[in-house]
Amino acid sequence: MTIEFETPKPIANMRYMLQTVAENMMRPISREMDENEHEIPYGYIEFMHTAMKSTGAGSLAPQEKKEKKEENPGKPKHPPIAYQSLASMLEMLAWGDVGMYLITPGGGLGAAAVQAAGSPEQKAKFLERFDGEKPTFAAMCMTEPQAGSDTSAIRATAVLDKETNEWILNGEKIFVTAGHKSFVPDEQFGAGFLVVWATIDPTAGRGGMRAFVVETGTAGVAVTKLEHKLGIRVSDTAAIVLQDARVPFDALLGSPTVEKTTTGFKGAMATFDATRPLVAATGVGVARAALEEVKKMLSEQGVTIRYGLPRQKLTAIERDVIDMEIMLKSAWLMVLKAVWMADNQKPNALESSMSKVRSGDIVAKVTQKAVEIMGPLGYSREFLLEKWFRDAKITDIYEGTGQINRLVVARQILGYSGAELR
Amino acid sequence: MYSFEPNEEQQMLIDAVRRYAKGDLRPAGHEAEESKSLPKKLVNKGWELGVLQASIPEAYGGFGERSAVTGALAAEEMAWGDLAGSLAVITPGLFAMPILLAGSEEQKQEWIPTVIEADWPKYTAALIEPFFDFDPNDLKTTATVEGDDFALNGVKMMVPFAAEAEAMIIYASLNGLTKGFIVPKSSAGLSVSEPEKFMSLNALPLYRVTLENVKVPQSHILDGDFAPILASMRVANAALAIGVANGALEYARDYAKERQAFGVKIAQKQAIAFMLAEMATEIEAIRLLNWEAAWMLDAGKEEAVIQAYLAATGAADMVMMVTDRAVQILGGYGYIRDYPVEMWMRNGRGFASFTGLAIV
Ligand SMILES: Cc1cc2nc3c(=O)[nH]c(=O)nc-3n(C[C@H](O)[C@H](O)[C@H](O)COP(=O)(O)OP(=O)(O)OC[C@H]3O[C@@H](n4cnc5c(N)ncnc54)[C@H](O)[C@@H]3O)c2cc1C
Repeated sequence: MTIEFETPKPIANMRYMLQTVAENMMRPISREMDENEHEIPYGYIEFMHTAMKSTGAGSLAPQEKKEKKEENPGKPKHPPIAYQSLASMLEMLAWGDVGMYLITPGGGLGAAAVQAAGSPEQKAKFLERFDGEKPTFAAMCMTEPQAGSDTSAIRATAVLDKETNEWILNGEKIFVTAGHKSFVPDEQFGAGFLVVWATIDPTAGRGGMRAFVVETGTAGVAVTKLEHKLGIRVSDTAAIVLQDARVPFDALLGSPTVEKTTTGFKGAMATFDATRPLVAATGVGVARAALEEVKKMLSEQGVTIRYGLPRQKLTAIERDVIDMEIMLKSAWLMVLKAVWMADNQKPNALESSMSKVRSGDIVAKVTQKAVEIMGPLGYSREFLLEKWFRDAKITDIYEGTGQINRLVVARQILGYSGAELR
Repeated sequence: MYSFEPNEEQQMLIDAVRRYAKGDLRPAGHEAEESKSLPKKLVNKGWELGVLQASIPEAYGGFGERSAVTGALAAEEMAWGDLAGSLAVITPGLFAMPILLAGSEEQKQEWIPTVIEADWPKYTAALIEPFFDFDPNDLKTTATVEGDDFALNGVKMMVPFAAEAEAMIIYASLNGLTKGFIVPKSSAGLSVSEPEKFMSLNALPLYRVTLENVKVPQSHILDGDFAPILASMRVANAALAIGVANGALEYARDYAKERQAFGVKIAQKQAIAFMLAEMATEIEAIRLLNWEAAWMLDAGKEEAVIQAYLAATGAADMVMMVTDRAVQILGGYGYIRDYPVEMWMRNGRGFASFTGLAIV
């Protein structure tokens, strides 16, 4: 091992390509999509689907490489970079438009959950579709009206009907990203799914929590609301009600019996370890967009940033920009470290949550400063700075709020359990 | 490739420095600050770890290759033990490293082995100047050509071990560009003050150096670019700040797990736990930024200069934030000099003006 920061060639190439996508497919409609909440940019979605299919990156969830026969055993093996690639990709897409990234087909958090908690057969069955003809979505349904941060308080239930060997699901899920696209049939899209968290034993607490794959159009399931939001308006955030919805036995990810353990909950947490740095990566992308735009606008107005001067000699704007640069760069490196650990099978709960804390903080600060620095132009809807400011805030809320991730970090460094530090 | 793990050699060095920081520096550092002097044995032992020697090629008497990453890793570990002690141990590098980076072949041959092969040699460098807007790239100390010599004029401050030094590098502005000049102790016009007193670093002898028409032969100029020297100083600074901050974090963390209030350990209160989480996050952020700057230096990338600036700037804020909170977590005890955290807080504030006190 070593300490090194050279961007791997495949990642550099991919980012170069994606930047073109971001510039040509995302940025030009960013404003329009923001102003017309819930409108669907079919063109972008189609394009991304075709593009990802042709590169073999059908699912946005990091996939283990399909077992390939070692063709040239003498050749040195490349170190694994699947998560590093994914984080780099999401950062660039979010730089383009984080709301549109959230409606990029490929499975998102739903597929990530299958990837983290599914059996090999389930992975094959549920993830194959993302390589299909049409763009396809999946979503993750954990949050309920009374249970957000405290995921152990979810009330949705799953009961096994022994006669039909089906699970019967009941409950209400809210704030489901891409919930509409994943569940409501649309002829332009392939059949996707929801991953619904429910308890198979309400007395078992976390030990009873399981994830179920609910296919598009399943009877007894309905999208009841699309939220109106501060930002990421192009991303559908759905409320979903499940009423005696039946899914087959093998829709359950993980074990059907309740042991005296918390494996079900741990499955959810493992998903978070994997996805938190990815969400952090999207925050970094938004922050970078804002900082680059500010620097560009400033230079058009004759201001260049004099790096290298002592603080005492800098103007207030230069200080701000330099601080923003420090925040941005360091946040990105924290993301990279967390996903590098994931790629190398090192436990990364601490680094994942740290990267999320940092990203949630800095993207808010950077975008707030960006609007402030540009004054009335920053506030104007003629430019995207005010939109990024609104988009930014979600980074510190979903996939564990800033507070929840601070708890994770604190428990890790203190060696405390959840009971010792609530 | 991205990779975040020290290699084997680096790990061995880290372990050795950690043992020294824990076993020697930390137990002695606080007493040294109070008594305003560092035991010579302590400094010698640190020098023998060979941090500098390991980054000097064999051709000049060392046994390794210059690596800013390795240097940063070692500095992080050492400063965990004690900042003043660390600065003393690495002071000879202030003289040797710039010659390695910007000196001529003859200068390297002439000076580096002398420094490297000695027993904690007395060599130093003078960069910092007594002005609020001190700027390493815009020095008020000047070098002018006078016949076959350069004449140096100006005032320097915070020069470690200046009174004892055999020779020092003096940085001065030559036609607007910062250059280093090798100045032997005996040079006429060079005067060294009584030790200066600062908010911390009491154990480290720091001096004001006045240059009145000090003549040095033209062969004594370090003609290479100053930018990598400055960047290496900034990386060193940031690494030391990270070490101090880590020490403060760990101390505050352990204290918080012991101290009881309202029926629980204070660490079980979110107000304390979140401070600790944020301290840890901030340290990690700046550490990675600094590692990248160091790596860029080693890889010869141009961006290293800005990156090192960002790392050092971020580190100065970070260490202030972390050490301030460490004091806060100890409450009233944090304010008492029997505990080391107030010293770390005094150290912490200094990093905004320490550029030039260390180089890796
Ligand atoms: C746009 C959007 C998209 C989303 N997408 C999804 C999705 O796809 N799937 C999904 O399942 N969910 C999704 N969510 C839900 C999101 O994950 C939750 O909103 C989030 O976890 C917070 O839960 P809550 O809103 O119930 O807030 P609460 O849990 O009620 O928290 C309120 C406040 O209390 C703080 N708090 C809570 N517990 C503690 C504690 N122990 N210590 C200190 N502070 C605490 C929180 O940090 C927060 O500041 C989405 C939300 C939004 C807004």
